[in-house]
Amino acid sequence: MNPRRKKRLLITSSLVLGLSVSVGLVLFALQQNIDLFYTPTEIIQGKNETGVKPRVGQRLRVGGMVVPASVKRDPTSLQVSFALIDNGGGMVTVFFDGILPDLFREGQGIVAQGELINATQINAFEVLAKHDEEYMPPEVADALKGMDHLKTDNNR
Amino acid sequence: MLAEIGQFTLAIACMFSLLQAVYPLYGIYAGQQSAIASAKILTVLQFVFVLLSFLILSYLFLVNDFTVTYIASNSNSALPWYYRLSAVWGAHEGSLLLWVFLLSLWSAAVALLSKRLPVESVARVLAVLGLLSLGFYLFVLLTSNPFLRTLPYFPVDGRDLNPLLQDIGLVIHPPMLYMGYVGFSVAFAFAIAALLEGRLDSAWAKWSRPWTMAAWIFLTLGITLGSWWAYSELGWGGWWFWDPVENASLMPWIAGTALIHSLAASEKRGVFKSWTVLLAISAFSLSLLGTFLVRSGVLVSVHAFASDPTRGLFILGFLVVVIGGSLLLYAVQAAKVKSRGRYRLFSRESLLLSNNIFLIAALIVVLLGTLLPLVHKQIGLGSISIGEPFFNRIFSVLIVPFALFLGVAPLVRWQRQNISELMKPLTIALITSSVLTLLFLALFASHFTWLALLGVFLGFWVLTTIICELYLRATHRFTLWQGLSKLGNSHWAMSLGHAGFAVMLIGITMTQNYSIERDVKLALGEHIAFEHYDFHFDAIEALQGANYTGSMGIFTVRKEQRLIATMKAEKRIYTVQRMPMTEAAIDAGFTRDLYIAMGEMLPDGAWAVRIYYKPFIRWIWFGPVMMALAGLLMILDRRYRSNKVAQTTQEIL
Repeated sequence: MNPRRKKRLLITSSLVLGLSVSVGLVLFALQQNIDLFYTPTEIIQGKNETGVKPRVGQRLRVGGMVVPASVKRDPTSLQVSFALIDNGGGMVTVFFDGILPDLFREGQGIVAQGELINATQINAFEVLAKHDEEYMPPEVADALKGMDHLKTDNNR
Repeated sequence: MLAEIGQFTLAIACMFSLLQAVYPLYGIYAGQQSAIASAKILTVLQFVFVLLSFLILSYLFLVNDFTVTYIASNSNSALPWYYRLSAVWGAHEGSLLLWVFLLSLWSAAVALLSKRLPVESVARVLAVLGLLSLGFYLFVLLTSNPFLRTLPYFPVDGRDLNPLLQDIGLVIHPPMLYMGYVGFSVAFAFAIAALLEGRLDSAWAKWSRPWTMAAWIFLTLGITLGSWWAYSELGWGGWWFWDPVENASLMPWIAGTALIHSLAASEKRGVFKSWTVLLAISAFSLSLLGTFLVRSGVLVSVHAFASDPTRGLFILGFLVVVIGGSLLLYAVQAAKVKSRGRYRLFSRESLLLSNNIFLIAALIVVLLGTLLPLVHKQIGLGSISIGEPFFNRIFSVLIVPFALFLGVAPLVRWQRQNISELMKPLTIALITSSVLTLLFLALFASHFTWLALLGVFLGFWVLTTIICELYLRATHRFTLWQGLSKLGNSHWAMSLGHAGFAVMLIGITMTQNYSIERDVKLALGEHIAFEHYDFHFDAIEALQGANYTGSMGIFTVRKEQRLIATMKAEKRIYTVQRMPMTEAAIDAGFTRDLYIAMGEMLPDGAWAVRIYYKPFIRWIWFGPVMMALAGLLMILDRRYRSNKVAQTTQEIL
């Protein structure tokens, strides 16, 4: 091989190598960090689209309405638990150790991100309630359509 | 009456933008000098009328005219005057008015400040800008008119500005960010004009460079302000959340950073020309994409105001026309462009190219992470979210070669470089930066982590190579001080900008690795201690503001019995919207921040409190400020003010 071709081969192969390494890395990182969104009913019965139930130990996001009078606090720490419900009637319990957001209220739509610890319980590391009272994430709004205690008009 | 006048002047401005888009191009086509020369006048007139419209809306906000729907839903008579003024861009309609206003401001600046450019080139640039303005005027007038009335049943008082936005950060963050977004339209217009003309030369790069840099400075400052605002206002103590809207502003920034580097190569060596054009198109397209993502309501975010589908559809259509049209033009015309420079594998050109490759890789990662959830949902696989760890992991890998090359690049000559010549300075830099890293970590780190070692080392590597480079360049022909005084502004700008990046890198590394975050339950009189600091909960006081009530927790912080600070963290309830807000108490310092935010009052009277220790977090914002200053220094370089531009143009012709 003449030196020019050798150089080109070197450049091309290093480009291909670099590209495949980075694509592999991105896919690997993606696979580990995609969190699927479930409603409480979907956690119990499987996703609407695919019918797949989440595994125990899986990281996921769950959105629904906080069931009134279900918030229980541990008197000595910041441990708190509450029940989430959606319009399909499914109900799951969320455990959280930390400070709930300002807009967290019973009867309000929220999103929790965490790990499924058994069929109906989630250990959350993050609880989100959005900052605008009239605002609700579309997934949660869908999950709560037709339920009481709810402002459905978010046409601001 | 005034609101109608405002709308009327806006419509007039829209007509002028139509003229500005069409008439000068017709003049070039028909060879009419008067039509070509009219571009500047039309641009200025357009600016005057949209300015009038903007001033009218601001005035209506100041006098609390709640007969205007937009004002009734975003202002309140109890709001202080400065927040009433900043409420102009506090929601969808007004922020779009700000957008077109800034676009016409940039256009007018191009019209007035480009006396040395050939009249025809300026006319083409202004025509492209006119076309863009036209699209946005139509958007405002047809889908998001801020001057609509509530008549006849107007409310007595307004619904108040979103409390989250009642902060000094909001007064400046959106205009800065928009100045950046919109500013890339100038780089875009220069690129499109050059494609239309079929002529891309070094002179083009030279004209376009200060404008691009100006837009980049604003975008840098805008993003930095946003990060600082989120840190001080959202009450979570984070500085970047990989929120889709943050990503939407980061993407044009990355493209813009790649663009200013590739423009430098195009200007100095005449290489990468068509690539530079593509980057200019991308930077602005990504700004538009950001606007679409934020304004169409497809994203879930604090920033998403509107969920009116016609608006989203309009921007999407506009996006398709602008991006599709410019890429089509690029496809047809770019082949005519020949880059004449030749360079070896190890040269400044190659390293700048690698800088661009890494930046584009980062850009693609952000784009993927932002759009994938949308696509995933649209094709019916259910909604997903892509978490922070994804971005963090990939960026911590990409940053390593990026920062290593960043250190080497300024030392390398254009065209070709003998590697052995660089061995000595690079070895010195390697040893010095390793020693500095170990010293730094020994002083400031509580424990050892590999990531912290790597991050801090990369930061010091960049800093020491900058000093090496300055020393070598200065002593090349003169003594050190003589040499340093002879370096041009743009050389200092490069060094300062890179140093800013290093400072930011060290800040991010330290904050990410050594932050301590405690969510605790504290009753009055209790205290908690960590990292040598002792936080004592002294008192809780009632709070009464102009448009809010609330409570204020008072804490004293001691370090080894010495009083460090008295911190007052507030919990406010905004009376009009019944919305609670957390005002964190922050004790800022050069090497660390202490951060206290009140959570909620628990049933037994104790409070949930967030207490954070954030080392070197100020550096994260200080670095970008250095970068922005560096940009300013570059614009002030003599060669962008002298008549040399005209000369180089003639040389090339």
